[in-house]
Amino acid sequence: MGILIYTESDNGKFKKSALELASYGRTIADQLGVELIAVSFNHKDSQTLGHYGVERVIQISDPSLENFTAKPYAANLAAVAEENDVKLLILSSSANAKYLAPLLAVSLSAGYASNVVELPEYIQPLTVKRSCFTNKAFSTCILENEVNIIGLSSNSYGIRENTKEIVAVDKSVTPRETNLVVENIEKSSGEVSIADADIVVSGGRGLKGPENWHLIEDLASTLGAATACSKPVSDMGWRPHSEHVGQTGKPVASNLYVAIGVSGAIQHLAGINSSKVKLVINNDPEAPFFKAADYGVVADAFEVVPQLIEKLKIFKNS
Amino acid sequence: MKILVCISHVPDTTSKINFVDDSSAFDKNGVQFIINPNDEFGLTRAIWLQQKQQAEVTAITVGEVSCEPTLRKCLAIGANRAFRIDIKPTDGFQVAQQLSAHCKKENYDLIIAGRESIDYNGGMVPGMISALMGYNFVTNCMGLEIQGNTAKAKREIDGGIESICCALPLVIGAQKGLVEEKDLIIPNMRGIMQARQKSLTVLPANESQVKSSISKFEKPAPKGEVKMVDANQIDHLIELLHNEAKVI
Repeated sequence: MGILIYTESDNGKFKKSALELASYGRTIADQLGVELIAVSFNHKDSQTLGHYGVERVIQISDPSLENFTAKPYAANLAAVAEENDVKLLILSSSANAKYLAPLLAVSLSAGYASNVVELPEYIQPLTVKRSCFTNKAFSTCILENEVNIIGLSSNSYGIRENTKEIVAVDKSVTPRETNLVVENIEKSSGEVSIADADIVVSGGRGLKGPENWHLIEDLASTLGAATACSKPVSDMGWRPHSEHVGQTGKPVASNLYVAIGVSGAIQHLAGINSSKVKLVINNDPEAPFFKAADYGVVADAFEVVPQLIEKLKIFKNS
Repeated sequence: MKILVCISHVPDTTSKINFVDDSSAFDKNGVQFIINPNDEFGLTRAIWLQQKQQAEVTAITVGEVSCEPTLRKCLAIGANRAFRIDIKPTDGFQVAQQLSAHCKKENYDLIIAGRESIDYNGGMVPGMISALMGYNFVTNCMGLEIQGNTAKAKREIDGGIESICCALPLVIGAQKGLVEEKDLIIPNMRGIMQARQKSLTVLPANESQVKSSISKFEKPAPKGEVKMVDANQIDHLIELLHNEAKVI
């Protein structure tokens, strides 16, 4: 009996979400008095996980796992879960974790709740709060199964240090045949992806055209932020679809969301609702976004954004 | 090529979300229902394959009779036929089992479902169908070409795009990018008239299990007032973000 987390890494470093899962899993493991086990693929760094409460890491390294593919990854996670009598698995909300979670659920006959935003309300039966209606509401979901999977919303619990003595165990790969081949991975140019960003800077139609996007990009790079845009902006082809945030685009759960020249249509607000702090800059004092904002500035973006960049640079250097 | 498009009947994206029956059920009063947007991107790609590659497109939903106008709309958009599996959907696993039971009888080459619905956002139906059927699976699918028995698909990943090649049968989780917003088909009068003649068959439900249930809904806590900062006081704004909000 233990709790299992699937830790993802990127460029030889654990992703922030992996540490958040460890922190979240640690708290539940303490409540239940059970062991917190992590699985990592092609990445060996037990020390870091130990700082966040993992007691045992099962490291699976194999050339076949070099690129993420859902079926083999799910098969390997299922094998670890079964061998260790795991009753609760916790995954992140990354694109890859959401890809493999339903496969894992079927293979373990497990219940699965995605987009979970808090610690479970009850462990028996497992009762979790998850976001639904694209962040316009929450539901309390009851999972009465022997094995369950929680998909934790990113940035909903935070990272908490809690150092444990950790044991690293190497495990050989569970082979899983697949005729699905990843031929190419094209990384987008931005430094930070929306999914992993602490800060997201987003532009709307108020920027008047793609030629003005340097304002958004400069502000984003000053803040170490990802860039995003509203739906009309991506529909008009000013920016790639991958930047569209909102109900039919990507959800954003950053610490700070800066919206510039975005009016704040209900579908856009739904997508960014889980961001903790929202700063809205718009020249229209009646823009609906101000009602959903924490901080607002009524101003012409072309005047205020360069000033903001300038002053942030001074602030960062001070 | 036989294509199945799984349709979820969801509240319009502009709907106000409210709950009834002691916050245990969604308030459908005054709400307009639509084809789940992710499913509609998938349906539109299926119709493209029908027109260019002679695919046969079947639309299916798991739901009660109130879903039928949404299926009729799929027929008006161009689906060849439609099925409704007659059971109230309760969770993603149950829906996936119902759809898989149908797929086992029909041997579809390509099964398309939205990567998630915009109401319950479970994001599990297409993946679970693929696992129950033993088919290949690509979710967050934003590009799809089929040649013979081979599919070339694009999957949106965090911070990039992955190109995938795999054999049919295949299940995809559809999303925007598979077709563009401007490619969505608004049914014309001819399509609407034809849809009335097309078959919409009601299928009895198969046995299925439920793995989760919802005990209650709630809306986010009301937000505090917005703090307006004068455009001439950007230093003050930075100070608020740093000291009060603690986000920079």
